[in-house]
Amino acid sequence: MSKLDLTRRGVIKSGAVAGAGLALPTIFTASSAAAYVNEPTGSTVTLGFNVPQTGPYADEGADELRAYMLAVEHLNGEGDGGMLNTFSSKALKGNGILGKKVEYVTGDTQTKPDAARASARSMIEKDGAVMITGGSSSGVAVAVQALCQEAGIIFMAGLTHSNDTTGKDKKANGFRHFFNSYMSGAALAPILADRYGKDRKAYHLTADYNWGYTTEEAVRTSTEAMGWETVAAVKTPLAQTDFSSYVAPVLNSGADVLVLNHYGGNMVNSLTSAVQFGLRAAQANGKNFEIVVPLYSRLMAKGAGKNVAGIFGSTNWHWSLENVAGARYAGTNAFVKSFGEKYGFPPSQAAHTTYCQTLLYADACERAGTFNPCGVGQALEGFEFDGLGNGPTLYRAEDHQCFKDVLVVKGNENPTSDFDLLEIVDVTPAAAVTYDASIFGGELGSCNPGA
Amino acid sequence: MLGLNKKDTSLLVAVALLVALAPIILNPFPEGSALAQFNAGYPDLMQRFVIFGIFAVGFNILFGLTGYLSFGHAAFLGAGSYAGVWMLKLLTINVIPAILISTVVAGLFSILIGYISLRRSGIYFSILTLAFAQMSFALAASVLTPITGGETGLQTALDDPRILDGANTTGNIPAPSLFGMEMSDSLQVNVAGWLWTFNVGYYLAGVILLIAFYVAIRIFRSPFGLMLRAIKSNQQRLTYTGLNTRPYMLACFVISGMYAGLAGGLMVAMDPLAGAERMQWTASGEVVLMTILGGIGTLIGPVLGAGLIKYFENIFSKINSNLLHEWFAFLPDGLEDFVVAIIYPFIGKGWHLTLGLMFMAVIIFLPGGLVELGQKIARKMSGKSDDKQTKSTE
Amino acid sequence: MDQIILQILNGLDKGSAYALIALGLTLIFGTLGVVNFAHGALFMLGAFCAVTLNRILSLSHTVIDETKKDFLGNPLKVEVPYVQGWFGESTGQAIIDWSVPLAILFTIPVMIAIGVIMERGLIKHFYKRPHADQILVTFGLAIVLQEIVKYYFGANQIPMNAPQAFFGSFDFGAMIGMEPGAIIYPYWRIIYFCFAAVLVGGVLAFLQFTTFGMVVRAGMADRETVGLLGINIDRRFTIMFGIAAAVAGLAGVMYTPINPPNYHMGMDFLVISFVVVVVGGMGSLPGAILAGLLLGILESFASMRQIIELLPGINQVVIYLAAIVILLTRPRGLMGRKGVMED
Repeated sequence: MSKLDLTRRGVIKSGAVAGAGLALPTIFTASSAAAYVNEPTGSTVTLGFNVPQTGPYADEGADELRAYMLAVEHLNGEGDGGMLNTFSSKALKGNGILGKKVEYVTGDTQTKPDAARASARSMIEKDGAVMITGGSSSGVAVAVQALCQEAGIIFMAGLTHSNDTTGKDKKANGFRHFFNSYMSGAALAPILADRYGKDRKAYHLTADYNWGYTTEEAVRTSTEAMGWETVAAVKTPLAQTDFSSYVAPVLNSGADVLVLNHYGGNMVNSLTSAVQFGLRAAQANGKNFEIVVPLYSRLMAKGAGKNVAGIFGSTNWHWSLENVAGARYAGTNAFVKSFGEKYGFPPSQAAHTTYCQTLLYADACERAGTFNPCGVGQALEGFEFDGLGNGPTLYRAEDHQCFKDVLVVKGNENPTSDFDLLEIVDVTPAAAVTYDASIFGGELGSCNPGA
Repeated sequence: MLGLNKKDTSLLVAVALLVALAPIILNPFPEGSALAQFNAGYPDLMQRFVIFGIFAVGFNILFGLTGYLSFGHAAFLGAGSYAGVWMLKLLTINVIPAILISTVVAGLFSILIGYISLRRSGIYFSILTLAFAQMSFALAASVLTPITGGETGLQTALDDPRILDGANTTGNIPAPSLFGMEMSDSLQVNVAGWLWTFNVGYYLAGVILLIAFYVAIRIFRSPFGLMLRAIKSNQQRLTYTGLNTRPYMLACFVISGMYAGLAGGLMVAMDPLAGAERMQWTASGEVVLMTILGGIGTLIGPVLGAGLIKYFENIFSKINSNLLHEWFAFLPDGLEDFVVAIIYPFIGKGWHLTLGLMFMAVIIFLPGGLVELGQKIARKMSGKSDDKQTKSTE
Repeated sequence: MDQIILQILNGLDKGSAYALIALGLTLIFGTLGVVNFAHGALFMLGAFCAVTLNRILSLSHTVIDETKKDFLGNPLKVEVPYVQGWFGESTGQAIIDWSVPLAILFTIPVMIAIGVIMERGLIKHFYKRPHADQILVTFGLAIVLQEIVKYYFGANQIPMNAPQAFFGSFDFGAMIGMEPGAIIYPYWRIIYFCFAAVLVGGVLAFLQFTTFGMVVRAGMADRETVGLLGINIDRRFTIMFGIAAAVAGLAGVMYTPINPPNYHMGMDFLVISFVVVVVGGMGSLPGAILAGLLLGILESFASMRQIIELLPGINQVVIYLAAIVILLTRPRGLMGRKGVMED
């Protein structure tokens, strides 16, 4: 017995047309019976979790994976339900998505766009994943998002902070919950001006790649608007490990603030160098010298150890948010509790954003009544929700970017544990970090269901 | 046939059969069975098998024949990729110009690098090629961002000119295609539980692999190839006979670079994105590993090595603890956890560890790579005592 | 002027790390003729010896502190290191504080043992194999070692601190009679440079002035003849491998306060240290040291703002550019001998 399926792009297993027209080239582009790629036909639905498992961001990837597994548990009605209980939309019932049990496949992005795309393609072509999510760098997010657009799959971005993901390189099938460089700059500037004064001279060290550029620009623009002056901006190679030759000249440059537009290992090493060179204790222009790190994560803070003490930065979310800033951020404690009880330590911001993305996707499917990327996209566009730990949030239709409050944090001077390295200084309201969707260029295009 | 002797013809035919039947051979386990995880017969991986096969065959023309170990071959793959994407952006979404131009651009780039690097030999040559490749990588990822797209890579976009194509009205970026057949189009055949995917892009790359393989055989068997082998065995003697080896070496280097560019062009034809990390030294190292794992200087070895490494990268990295628990669910609980705990460090996020162990094992026990393994098995099968022959190959 | 002195200091400091790793590589290559791609991994293992010692010293028991709360709202568990219980709080704290210098003592025997095991167990079988095989097998070993470290210590960086006494920086400019504040340099980086100088001097003196060293040098020049003289050169070469491993390990230990270590720090140094060795000339110890310092200083100068503005991207490529220029003008590197590794 043989059955022939004529399909386009991927692994659709329905609509048999036995042996018809093998010789005709037109069959390759003929539309098949399925409405969209990887339509789940059985009792389960497969999600693809594509995170860095090897390479420098492996720990971040591991935390994302923990959050995904927790989200799957909660969607399938196991565990204590986490943020499902606080989520403002009540479409999810704990019976999977649209009654189908949630299953998942995992892959390794290696934090390389090529490897990430290979892994995502195998999830789409081999495992029949209907949604891809994850990643912990903007290069990977932009690459995988473009792939998902082409293949007709929804992409729910993980940790990606560059403006490009929902700016220049935005795609109709891609959605981002995490905040971006622009928001970091806009959230930090008023608080920096308030703490350090409006008469400051900043020296930027910027990682020499796309994310570094957008972050430097965002911080520069918004601090200069507050009256700061930028003395210099020096680009540092991404592969740099010892930043001493970049940090050493800062003290005599006339600057009194150092902004480190670095992430991951770059940030840990440059901050360590800056502290070694005595910048924290130094005086310049009659003021205390200050260091600013626009994007903070708890894992980075852990790597830099006590060097982070007193240093300002911004973050998407922190586990102590609800305790510090009140019930507006409901959901935080529920999530921390279920994550902490399962794994023994509090979740990172990467874990939080990926958990939220999974829930948001599942909820959108429920509300749309389909897994069709076009329906899901419509349900997410302009969606306003609350109870996922960040307060009231909008998924903006124009660029598929979430708008929510941004946390300004600083390194804890006296941490009580490894998880207590950051303390929340202030929360900048969403309105203050919202920008016009057109300023970064790019086009969403139209949604692609793939079939 | 085609100017080949009988042995080479049968090798070419065997490779052609393998390429043609790969979608079937690589999917030995029925869909839905527990072992389906180990199936490799899906378009992306099959495309990678043949593309990296081409890359490794080309690398072997240089390394296997002349013994010059280039540690910067990924730079040509990267240069080819960038050229290919620019063709898809500017000219047409048809992949033919992209593939041709990427080969040409990589060829020109390798003339430049080869001309300088070939002034030295041995490890000095290796370091020169490494230095050029690392420079290309560093610049592509940073200051050349307007041309290369930097860290996020170069991609096709909606507003690209594509002057040979008509205006795009679909609202979606067109997918790379060959006269209307998209590279991602597939024909799926479902036979009694087995699912076979015949993909357009794969077969295009497969045909090109066969051509590349045929050309490689001809080079190996030509007087030119003989000259290259002579360079490997004793360059000095050749020089003393009054022969200038430089032009031969440069020609070989450029051919090898063009193979890399061809592979780069095919990569973007299958998946229109070129990233800077394709040029990094680890990518160059990967092709060295493929060639050595498969068997240096043999024709088929590099293709096998490429397949093995890509298989590991794509299949082993996707096994997670959840799957392991499913597989060993038949065991009693305590034993199940124990077995999973033993295996877990080697798969999923630990696939690098397995890869490292495998390199070591192959190099220690099989210096001739997979080809030697094949020969050993073949000899065992035919029942000959292998003492003498092992000695003669060493 | 002060900028130039500052960058020379920086370069010497960076270069001393390159020189230490390149020295070990050259020792192994010069004595055994083996291209060791696992050398970066030895550097990394050294760094993790320091981390391990720090972990051992900080082994703790938990005390429940009712006054504070952890992230779930339960009473906070405070970890109290055993050494604090045994020696009193301040002495215990001081021991942990000094864990990096203490790790030097701990690392030397561990790394020599690792080196000897590596040579006897694996490298020995590769003397007569092609360099490509040596590269591949040591590269595989490097991956294995690094994945094992990653399995136990994670992929994240691990902060290690220099002793409190050496924390911070001092005014180097004032010391050499310039105006105060012109050249501020961290203590630990100066210590690193001095440590490297002592270590390099020690290894060279050992080779130059001891009988053992003389035999090894003779063996490097002509292994067979030394063997024919009835000297067991293999055993000495094994010991040299151990010493080279220890040098790499010590370079790693002392590096931990400069940059928090992680499992792939060795790979980050591997390519650059090969460039250093080749630029210095394969098999030449003084060449490796000279090239290390030279490339370190070049890298530092290329990272100056004024120069980057003049030539964008120069800081990304300067080392490779220098390597290309040197190899084209001096065919065997700065101090290389004819006929080494040219086949």
